[in-house]
Amino acid sequence: MSLQQLASQLQDTFPVGLVKAVEWRGDLAVTVTRDRLHEVAQFLHDDPAMDFDYIVHVSSVDWPDDEERFEVVYEFYSIKKRQRIRLKTRVPESDCIVDSLTDLWKGADFMEREVYDMMGIRFRHHPDLRRILMPDDYTEGYPLRKDFPLRGKGWRDTFEFLDETAR
Amino acid sequence: MAFEDQRTTVYKVDPAHPESETLPTLRTEELLLNMGPQHPATHGVLKVILELEGERLVKSTPVLGFLHRGVEKLAEDGTYHQFIPHTDRLDYVCAMYNNFAYCRAVEKLMNITVPDRAEYLRTIVAEVQRIIGHQFWLGTQALDIGAMTVFFYCFRDREILLDWFDELCGARLTTSWYRIGGVERDLTSSLLDKLKQFLDYFPPKIDEYVIFLETNRIWVARTKGVAVISAEDAVSFGLSGPTLRASGVDYDLRKAEPYSAYPKCEFSVPLGKNGDTYDRYWIRVQELYESVKIIRQCLEQMQDGPIMADVPSVTLPPKQRVFTNLESMIQQFKLFSQGFDAPAGEIYCGTEAHKGELGFYIVSTGGGKPYRLKIRAPSFIHMGAFDHMSRGYMIADAITLFGSYDIVMGECDR
Repeated sequence: MSLQQLASQLQDTFPVGLVKAVEWRGDLAVTVTRDRLHEVAQFLHDDPAMDFDYIVHVSSVDWPDDEERFEVVYEFYSIKKRQRIRLKTRVPESDCIVDSLTDLWKGADFMEREVYDMMGIRFRHHPDLRRILMPDDYTEGYPLRKDFPLRGKGWRDTFEFLDETAR
Repeated sequence: MAFEDQRTTVYKVDPAHPESETLPTLRTEELLLNMGPQHPATHGVLKVILELEGERLVKSTPVLGFLHRGVEKLAEDGTYHQFIPHTDRLDYVCAMYNNFAYCRAVEKLMNITVPDRAEYLRTIVAEVQRIIGHQFWLGTQALDIGAMTVFFYCFRDREILLDWFDELCGARLTTSWYRIGGVERDLTSSLLDKLKQFLDYFPPKIDEYVIFLETNRIWVARTKGVAVISAEDAVSFGLSGPTLRASGVDYDLRKAEPYSAYPKCEFSVPLGKNGDTYDRYWIRVQELYESVKIIRQCLEQMQDGPIMADVPSVTLPPKQRVFTNLESMIQQFKLFSQGFDAPAGEIYCGTEAHKGELGFYIVSTGGGKPYRLKIRAPSFIHMGAFDHMSRGYMIADAITLFGSYDIVMGECDR
């Protein structure tokens, strides 16, 4: 199945939820509305014509000027059909929560936790949504957001060091 | 191996020995054990909280992030060229393959075709790096499990290749030899001779490693049937590389999405059957032989030619010209200070590193810096399957398990 066929089949199956499908540099990226994300993902995973059984990565992009600020990006691969697809959805900052896909791909567990840790997007029905790379007691927010300064917000400067000269 | 996930177990009185009824009922509780982050077998700074019942693992929770340096955030602050040395520090055991994966991703974004000779050079060095990675893995895994000799033999041979890297680019580990659109410098005749010598020297040495390990009863007992994962689960968890292929799933990006000079070489992708630690070891050893084959073919097929794509707005000028020619110096300066103007768009490009699929997802909004750069690190994703794979095994098998992922924390935590 070519990428155009794949895109048009998705369009036919989900005439409402699908926002746009873009093909660029040989990658197909499909944007869906947030409430249809799990449904579309389930179709991609379960339908024998699709058969996207392998999860490649889960990522997120911050667009601070947009109304729906965050973009959650899933990338799937079909080992049998040797095909990739990127599934995206947008969430506003005031209510940044999407349905977790951990019930479809087990690997989504850690990947979604990383997105939560780095960008602060929560995942509904995720079994264990905690910070993963940053410390559990980290209070400065979400480091990959665009309004987070590169040098951090000063948390590192509060570490207590042993004064070696006072001996 | 099925294992009941019970919080407490009450051992019933044996009906064959009713006299034991007078004894109080034994009650066991699970034990929480912190392993790491300061533990010699955790390959850096990995911490795992193990819930034990006796010596069996009931649940294990990896605690990651001790080596988190915010590489993805740093990428947003530098130009595309400036990020290459950062990729060295991801998987610091195999820097070349990280450079390769990153450069390939940027080339896909910029739509650059790399000249033939550069593709061959890249493949040769990438396969040399794969040999180094597998040697390093084999040595440390054997050491973790309790076979010390192989460690010395692997590291002796690895040293030859690291010195070869040293002569190639001036660094043994943090190499930064790949460039966007090509490579930094060509192989000299001395390097070619040394590589050919190594290719003759090395295959008998692999046989030697194998003899050392396969005749070691401890090694066989501690790897066969340990940490088994089914093909279905391995795919669902997103495992890749030898860890996935050990379960019998034929997924190797060098074959699935051929890149560089791999389509011009003949090689096979070894597949396992049982998905246990032994199969993961066996696949890596077979890949050592395959890598030697690939390098041989590349050396035979390689023709003279340019080693850098000729796209002056993106690729760097040759170093000799930078020192003698004003325009080239300006070009180099502008590329490093402002970067090149990337088109707006987003790409994902995966490369088969020796640990698994190392991918870069780049979002560009134009300009010289990536808007967002996400690294798909195989070590991180493999750790996601750790709890699933370790349940029901002995505590000592936890070491075998994350050793068998070939985990490097620099890549896992980024």
